[in-house]
Amino acid sequence: MQSVSAATQDSSKKRRVGHFTAPFDARFPFTNQTRNCYQNYLDYYRCLKIMKEKGKDVQKCEWYHKVFKSLCPTSWINQWDEQRKQGIFPGKI
Amino acid sequence: MPYATQLSLQEATGPAMEEVVFLHDHVLLLTFLMSLVILLFATTAITATVTHNDPTEEVEQLEAAWTAAPIMILILTALPSVRSLYLMEEVFDPYVTIKATGHQWYWNYEYTDGTNVSFDSYMIQTQDLPNSAPRLLEVDHRMVMPANLQTRIVVTAEDVLHSWAIPSLGIKVDAVPGRLNQLPLATSRTGVFFGQCSEICGANHSFMPIVVEAVPLNYFEQWLTTEQ
Repeated sequence: MQSVSAATQDSSKKRRVGHFTAPFDARFPFTNQTRNCYQNYLDYYRCLKIMKEKGKDVQKCEWYHKVFKSLCPTSWINQWDEQRKQGIFPGKI
Repeated sequence: MPYATQLSLQEATGPAMEEVVFLHDHVLLLTFLMSLVILLFATTAITATVTHNDPTEEVEQLEAAWTAAPIMILILTALPSVRSLYLMEEVFDPYVTIKATGHQWYWNYEYTDGTNVSFDSYMIQTQDLPNSAPRLLEVDHRMVMPANLQTRIVVTAEDVLHSWAIPSLGIKVDAVPGRLNQLPLATSRTGVFFGQCSEICGANHSFMPIVVEAVPLNYFEQWLTTEQ
């Protein structure tokens, strides 16, 4: 019988260069990943804001972008983007 | 996939379903053993001749036995059950994340790991079915995933409760509006696997099936490129 962990080992080996998906995050170990998606969305825009203020490279924020893009449904992202544009986004960025 | 007059579980096509089959067989074995013991006691009680009948008699040993035996049975059932439960829920290191969103009454799938693939998956009506396709189960756009690799499925809904389920892969996740539920999805072979929405979600609840096509990795990559 192939165990779940055996399938996992395979996936690390076979991953093509440049391919990314959100990895396991110890802050969100359970089935519910709502907070994982939201937190990474917040962190990305917080990171952008801080890096721009300090005049640093915003490339470092890309990690958060990749994670939330991987986890959040596109409709959620679009909705939050729209709310940020209108200045009614409830999160603290 | 299921067949007519089928009695037991569907054939396991992934590690999660293998866990389910293992637990089912294990609990069934315990049930058979218990039934056998009860049958033995019942037969003895019915056929025995009563030699004494004193209700005040002390029966500590018997009481100890009928307390200890259920405890043992419960432990033997609970431990493998918890083991299977945790193994089936843990997402370790997925190769790709696929998002399934339930709508009234179709599923939408998204592949956004460096790609922007998104499509709706509607049931094919009976009159439009291609030859040998199962009625009320085939869809116009199947969800494609790599076989033999762990995939993460993130399930949510846009309107009401739905549930994303594939019995032969041993997976069932509630699709809740405003919440993301993840589960590992892995197949041990290539193939086409069928499921149905498993949470009553309105008039066409029975007509929003789920079809997963597990293909070798290189075909999956190729498919992803062409879908973009």
